[in-house]
Amino acid sequence: MQPSVADIWAVLDGVPDPEIPAISLTDLGIIREVAWEGEVLEVTVTPTYSGCPATSFINRAIEEALHDAGIAKVALKRQLSPPWTTDWLTEGGKRKLEAYGIAPPTSPKGPERCPHCGGADLERISAFGSTPCKAQWRCRDCLEPFDHFKCI
Amino acid sequence: MDPLFEFCLRMGDNTLVLGHRVSQWCGHAPVVEEDIALANTALDLIGQTQLWLGLAGEVEGKGRDADALAFRRDAWDFRSVLLVEQPNGDFGNTLLRQYLFDEWQALMLAALKRSTDTRVAAIAAKAAKEVAYHVERSRGTVVGLGDGTAESHAKMQAALDRLYPFVGELFATDATDEAVAEAGIAPLPSDLRAAYDAALAATMAEATLTIPDSRWTHAGGRDGSRHSEHLGHLLTEMQWLQRAYPDATW
Repeated sequence: MQPSVADIWAVLDGVPDPEIPAISLTDLGIIREVAWEGEVLEVTVTPTYSGCPATSFINRAIEEALHDAGIAKVALKRQLSPPWTTDWLTEGGKRKLEAYGIAPPTSPKGPERCPHCGGADLERISAFGSTPCKAQWRCRDCLEPFDHFKCI
Repeated sequence: MDPLFEFCLRMGDNTLVLGHRVSQWCGHAPVVEEDIALANTALDLIGQTQLWLGLAGEVEGKGRDADALAFRRDAWDFRSVLLVEQPNGDFGNTLLRQYLFDEWQALMLAALKRSTDTRVAAIAAKAAKEVAYHVERSRGTVVGLGDGTAESHAKMQAALDRLYPFVGELFATDATDEAVAEAGIAPLPSDLRAAYDAALAATMAEATLTIPDSRWTHAGGRDGSRHSEHLGHLLTEMQWLQRAYPDATW
């Protein structure tokens, strides 16, 4: 018997992002659609950044998780439009990011508070960070640097 | 040649050549934050290349994918503008070249979001978000270095004097441009010039840099008629592996 679409979503909920394992692919909001086409499970994925090197790892992780869940035929579809936005990050995902030490995307102006001490006196060190989706900031209260998940 | 194929090559070859140029900074930037920023910018540009050249291959319909187009064509088949082929020079020169390109790319992508070809519009909408970030950074750096120390100012002015004569080619308009504009696929490059000039004037005023008077421009890259000698050297390095070991994978 084919697992229901809701069961598939539950499987995908358990697949961590390869670069930020604190959140799952569904937290990230990049799984756009899951649907059965006869025997084949079609999973529609949208890239975060067009050059993000994690994309191929993400695709492999999806296929492996679904095969482990007993689904033999998986077809991954890439959907560019509408382009991914950090608005699609779930509220749960944003909380997990902050607990992990990454300031979640809330405003294009920058992070709301330091994920370490909650301080609001912040400065940007670099427009880019360790992955395409992040920028480097520093808290002037606790003096710790931290990553900010950029708002796009 | 199909004008849409040619158009996609122009978009993709610009981002490919500039992406490769910028990637050459990896491990060499003045400070680690800038190194990371340059590498991330290069990554975005290469990602956009995969989309544009992927579409080019699809439009052409001869089984060539983005990799085949990137690594199996020689200089005369490239359609990149001469600006992006220019050597990196110093850090200021690299960021000024980036700014001159970013401002054009942002305007072009904004117009392409309204393309009648939904594939073109989708790529443009995706890339525009990344490019908005590139412009913010390259503009800020040009202003910071231009309106900086006497030495940084002098280097930025020299870079502007050197690179400005490559700007005009971005707005050149030929039969290919007219065909894709006629079909509603892309704007006429010449129609973007006024907005570009306004943005450039504002940035350079803030950066205390003087835009050269002459509008004379080098050209020959975007139609492939006369590339600079730099492109051949760049391709020799970039394509080496696929030339030596065709279809190598790992």
